[in-house]
Amino acid sequence: MSHTAPDLTPFLGGDRGPYKSWDPVNPAMIRHWCEALGDSNPIYTDASAARDAGFNGLVAPPTMLQAWTMRGYREQRPPGSDTSDPFAVLVALEEMGYPAVVAVNCEQEYLQYVTEGDELYHRSTIESISEQKTTALGVGFFVTELSTYYNQRDEVVGTMRFRVFKFAPHERDDAPAVTDTGDGLPPAVRRMRPVRNHDTRFFWEGVEAGELRVQRCLGCQTLRHPPAPACPDCQSLEWKAQPVSGRGHVYSFVIMHYPEIPPFDYPNVIALVELEEGTRLVSNLVGVSRHDVSIGMPVQAEFSEVEPGFHLHQFRPAEAD
Amino acid sequence: MTRSGLRDRAAIVGVGATEFSKDSGRTEIQLGVEAILAALADAGIDPVEVDGMATYTMDNNPEIELHRLIGGRALRFFSRAHYGGGAACAPVMHAAMAVATGVADVVVVYRAMNERSGFRFGQGGLLTEDPNAFETVDFGWYFPHGLMTPASWIAMFAQRYLHETEATDEDFGRVAVGGRDFASTNPRAWFYQQPISLEDHQASRWIAEPLRLLDCCQESDGAVAMVITSAERARDLLQPPVLVRGASQGAADDQRMMTSFYRKSLTGLPEMGEVARNLYAMSGLGPEDMQAAVLYDHFTPFVLPQLEEFGFAPRGEACHFLREGHHLRGGKLPVNPHGGQLGEAYIHGLNGVAEGVRQVRGEAVNQVTGLEHILVTAGTGVPTSGLILGAAN
Repeated sequence: MSHTAPDLTPFLGGDRGPYKSWDPVNPAMIRHWCEALGDSNPIYTDASAARDAGFNGLVAPPTMLQAWTMRGYREQRPPGSDTSDPFAVLVALEEMGYPAVVAVNCEQEYLQYVTEGDELYHRSTIESISEQKTTALGVGFFVTELSTYYNQRDEVVGTMRFRVFKFAPHERDDAPAVTDTGDGLPPAVRRMRPVRNHDTRFFWEGVEAGELRVQRCLGCQTLRHPPAPACPDCQSLEWKAQPVSGRGHVYSFVIMHYPEIPPFDYPNVIALVELEEGTRLVSNLVGVSRHDVSIGMPVQAEFSEVEPGFHLHQFRPAEAD
Repeated sequence: MTRSGLRDRAAIVGVGATEFSKDSGRTEIQLGVEAILAALADAGIDPVEVDGMATYTMDNNPEIELHRLIGGRALRFFSRAHYGGGAACAPVMHAAMAVATGVADVVVVYRAMNERSGFRFGQGGLLTEDPNAFETVDFGWYFPHGLMTPASWIAMFAQRYLHETEATDEDFGRVAVGGRDFASTNPRAWFYQQPISLEDHQASRWIAEPLRLLDCCQESDGAVAMVITSAERARDLLQPPVLVRGASQGAADDQRMMTSFYRKSLTGLPEMGEVARNLYAMSGLGPEDMQAAVLYDHFTPFVLPQLEEFGFAPRGEACHFLREGHHLRGGKLPVNPHGGQLGEAYIHGLNGVAEGVRQVRGEAVNQVTGLEHILVTAGTGVPTSGLILGAAN
C-alpha cells in the first residue's frame, strides 16, 4: 500500500485551552506518586521539611506536571475546560488511512516549583508535524504537541513536548510461521523441547516409556551421561541403552528465582542428581519445599506429561534406604 | 619448542575503549570502530598498518568490516576464540603468536557489544531446532527443566562448593564488596561512587540460589580494543610496551561449556588449572610474583576456585584469603582494581585485559604500587584463557 502524503499544515499551531485540573495540588496525590515511584525526598511529604527548605507548603514532584491536568478515566475534563481535542490531527490522520499510533517520547521542562494548593491548567499547540516517514513500524507522521502549564497566577510553571508516531502499519507477509503442536498452548509459553539426534533419541523415548535409560559402552562397559556417540574412555562407537533404577541423591541444586521464564513456576528447584549407578543428570525436583532441599537427599525419578504430548523426567524425595 | 617460546615476544602497545553504558545508542560496528581507532591512536600506529584481527566467536562484527572501516588495506591474519567470555585472553594470545612468528605485524584485538540494549545473555537462551547443532542438542539436558541462564549454571557449582568447603555465601559477597570498592573510585566504571557493604550484598534478592543479585556482573554496552605487535617494534612506539609474559588457553578433562556437571569434583576449575600451569611455565613466574590480578568475575563464586587454581590460596581455602582482605585495596593481591565486571562494566572480560595493560604502564586509576606483573583471566565455567603481563626491562 502506498500513501500519498496529505497536506497537514492546517493542523499546525493553534492555541487550545485552558485544560483545567480536577483538583488543586494536594498531599494525597503527591503521596501516592512518591510511593509508586519510591521517591523519599521529604519536601514532598513532610510539611516541616518543605518549610525548612524555604517553601510555603508541600512541594509537588516536578515530574507530576502532566498528572495534574489529565482527564479522568472517563476522559472528562473539569468544568471550564476547552472541550476540543488537542490532538485533533490524529483523528484526521485516522480517517486518511493511518490508523495506528505509538508514543515516541516525552520531554518536560520545569520553570518553577509547584506547591500544595496551586491550581494548574495547561494550553496546547501542535508544534510540529514531520514529513511522511517510513519506519520499521510503518508509514506515517511524527506529531509533537507542546503543552504549557500555568498556575492560578497565570505564571508558566513548565512545558511538555509529547511526540507520537501516527502511522499505517506495514503489511506483514513475513510473519513468523507458528508451528501448531496440537497441544493448545502457544509456543511462547511452552517449555523448551529437547532437540533429539541419533545420539540422544533413546533417552527421550525412554522417558516417554516411563523408563530412565543411560548409555553403556559395549567396549569397556562404562556408563555415561549425557549421551555421546563415542566412549571417552575406550573410543568404542558401540553402545546400548540401559534402563537404570531412577534412584539417586541430590549432588547439588539451584533454586531459580529470576528471570521468571514462562511457563515455569518460581522459585524453581533444579537438582543435579547422582544416580546409584554413578552417572549424574539434571532435573526438576518436585514434591519438596525449597527450604527442605539438601545435598545428599535421596530422590527417585518419575515421569510426567508436563505439557500435553511432552514427557519429562522429574525427581521426588524418596525414603532413605 | 619449549613452553617459554612465546615469552616476551609480543607486546600490547595500545588500548582503547568507548564509554561503558546501558544503551550506547549506536551499532556494535560503530563501537568497534571507535575503540579500535582509539587503541591505534594510543599506540601511535597508522590504521593502514593493521594486518591482523582477532576476537571472540560471539562478537557480531566481522573483522573484515571493521578492518575496512578503519582504513585497513590487506589482512593477513584473522582468528576467533570460542566459548563466550572464556575467549577474553585468547585473542591476545593468537595475536602474540601471529606477530612472534611474522605471520602478521600489527594485530588488533576487539570486543564490541550492546549486551544490555541488545541481546542479553541472561534472559534464557533460544534454541534452534537443528539436530546437527551440538550446543542446541546439549541445551536439551537443561532447558526443559528451566536451567537456562548463566547464573543458574554457575549456581550449581557454587552450591556444591559451599557444601564441600568452609566458604559461605558471605565470602561470595566479599568478592563483590571488593570490586565495587575499586569501581567507586574509577570514573569509567558504571558503579563509580557507588560502593556496597556486605550487608547490602546479603540483603540483595535471590537470582539463582545461592547467587544473589550482587553476585552477578552487570550487563553493559561498550567496546574495548587493543593493539599487539612484536616486542622489537614496541620499543619505538608512544607507550611503554606491555609484554606478554605468558599466554594460554585451557580446557580440561570432561570439559563442557558451562555445564561440566559430570566431573568427579565440581569444586575446582581444572581448565583454569591448565591455564595456570601453562602461564607459570611459560613466564617462569609463580603466584608470589603477581602484585595484582584481574580475575574473571561474571559471577562472584568462581573467583574463589580461581584463587586456588593459581596458587594464591590452598584448595578449598580461598574464603580465608578473602576474609583476611588480601583481595582488597592495599591487600597483598588486589583483585580487579578497575572494579571488575561487577563494578566497571561487562565487556566480556576484555576490559579486564585493558586494566592489566594500564596497571603495567603505571597509569591505572587505582594503581597498585610497585607492580611488575599482573595476572588476567577469562571466563569461568567454560573453556578459558589467561595472560601474565609485565613491563619491559
